[in-house]
Amino acid sequence: MDGISLLTITVLAVFVGFEVVSKVSSTLHTPLMSGANAIHGIILVGAIIVAGQASDPWVLAVALLAVVLATANLVGGFVVTDRMLEMFRGRRTGPVDREGPR
Amino acid sequence: MSLLSPAWTALLYLAAAVLFILALMGLNSPRTARRGNLVGAAGAVLGVATVFLSARLENIPWILAAIAVGAAVAAPVARRVKMTQMPQLVAAFNGVGGGAAALVALLELAHTPDAWVRLAIAFTLLVGAVSFAGSAVTFAKLQELMTTRPVVFPGLPVIMAGVLLAAVGAGVAVVLAGWLPLAVLLLVLGLAAGVLLVLPVGGADVPIVISLLNAFTGLAVAASGLVLGNVLLLVAGTLVGASGTILTRAMAAAMGRSVAGILFGAFRGGSTAGSTAVSERPVRSSNAEDVAVLLGYAQRVIIVPGYGLAVAQGQHTAAELAKALQMRGIQVDFAIHPVAGRMPGHMNVLLAEANVPYEELKEMTEINSEFKTADVALVVGANDVVNPAAKTTSGSPIYGMPILEVADARQVVFLKRSMRPGFAGIENELLYEPQTTLLFGDAKDSLTKVLGAVKAL
Repeated sequence: MDGISLLTITVLAVFVGFEVVSKVSSTLHTPLMSGANAIHGIILVGAIIVAGQASDPWVLAVALLAVVLATANLVGGFVVTDRMLEMFRGRRTGPVDREGPR
Repeated sequence: MSLLSPAWTALLYLAAAVLFILALMGLNSPRTARRGNLVGAAGAVLGVATVFLSARLENIPWILAAIAVGAAVAAPVARRVKMTQMPQLVAAFNGVGGGAAALVALLELAHTPDAWVRLAIAFTLLVGAVSFAGSAVTFAKLQELMTTRPVVFPGLPVIMAGVLLAAVGAGVAVVLAGWLPLAVLLLVLGLAAGVLLVLPVGGADVPIVISLLNAFTGLAVAASGLVLGNVLLLVAGTLVGASGTILTRAMAAAMGRSVAGILFGAFRGGSTAGSTAVSERPVRSSNAEDVAVLLGYAQRVIIVPGYGLAVAQGQHTAAELAKALQMRGIQVDFAIHPVAGRMPGHMNVLLAEANVPYEELKEMTEINSEFKTADVALVVGANDVVNPAAKTTSGSPIYGMPILEVADARQVVFLKRSMRPGFAGIENELLYEPQTTLLFGDAKDSLTKVLGAVKAL
């Protein structure tokens, strides 16, 4: 893709990013930060591409390290956000013990 | 092998990017937030599936094994972490994401003849490394592996400036020459810059730094999208970079601080560096029975929970106390300061965990005018967020931070561990006012005793 198209996409994405969070109540700041944190774990796609092109074992090792780190970001990010948000739901049903699994 | 044509690949990446946007929109409202997060996860699965089906990949068994390792480490930790420790976990996940982006950029250097792409590589290396090292220091501070107080030493600004200058130099060299050892040097300089950036930040401000580093990682991921010519990485990274910036500013505004003040305040001596000295001035302390009488014969009680409550794991007891008071026909609300706990919104999560109905959680702007009508304001393990110094003492580190106006209530009861000042390390004049009663002890123990005494009334 040419530079101008990439620039166009970037600029539009900046505005979308500004727009989607400008009206969030502080109640949801923590889950929102955590959710956004999970989304940048999509760097996993980049790590997979790099690992998939690697022929040198050292390059492959570093790329696989990137895959591990990116997966931790992606999977851990979504799981911890879900745990936070789980607590916002269905609490009018009564005093159920909602302690997470230990 | 590639099963998908470039057009299909682009369409699927577009779909994944749209799912990410919908995820962030969903996270805007309590009702749709959980679904929003799942939509985001779906976008991630779609993106990863697409890369497997479209790119010509070698080493697939290795890659799958690495994904399994990453998931096997992260998922159980994320599922088991205590909600009070959640800020540092978010910091850790953010850091490894930044590290991954930097490694991807490092490995791509060999494949890029284009100087513009090398510019994006240099940017990703530097910002990703700053995010990784900065998050590591943040984690250490929140986990209290190191002091939560600002770490400043003479010459720190000079060293920081030197590191940044060297990083710019190394970055220019990487762009011009594309030489791998220089890129590694840039990575190391980025790590040093990340450490130096976060060291002078005081404990109370650390959450804002997490948000800032989150935005940094987003930018690094966006730049790596430029490096790889991958639109999904570009859009997702830019979204996080932009929304993270706004979120950081919103959090800082909630604390009445500027982002620059948080990062560089310690150099000017005007940061969260306070004293931890214990004051010897006389206060009126009381016992659980007296506090129970105050609460039990009130008409309106507003509970102000703080981090001390969370640390003592007392949120369930606080919820029970609220219920016991409501059984006596007393109107009970929880007043939530935007930065109560250690992250904005952290306290809402903790109280939600304890089954406190969402309607009883009142935000600061909503409840501040109502303290006048309250008989008792019960402050549990909070200090800085109710400190009038934020309004009256212009030299105070928290001056300008909006506070909960508990002083307007007829009686104020503090449940505190000791007279030690709060996270920001400043004295709270409210403790010495005549309408104030203190009950010393661990928040959970005190609440349990008060709860027992209320039930016995």
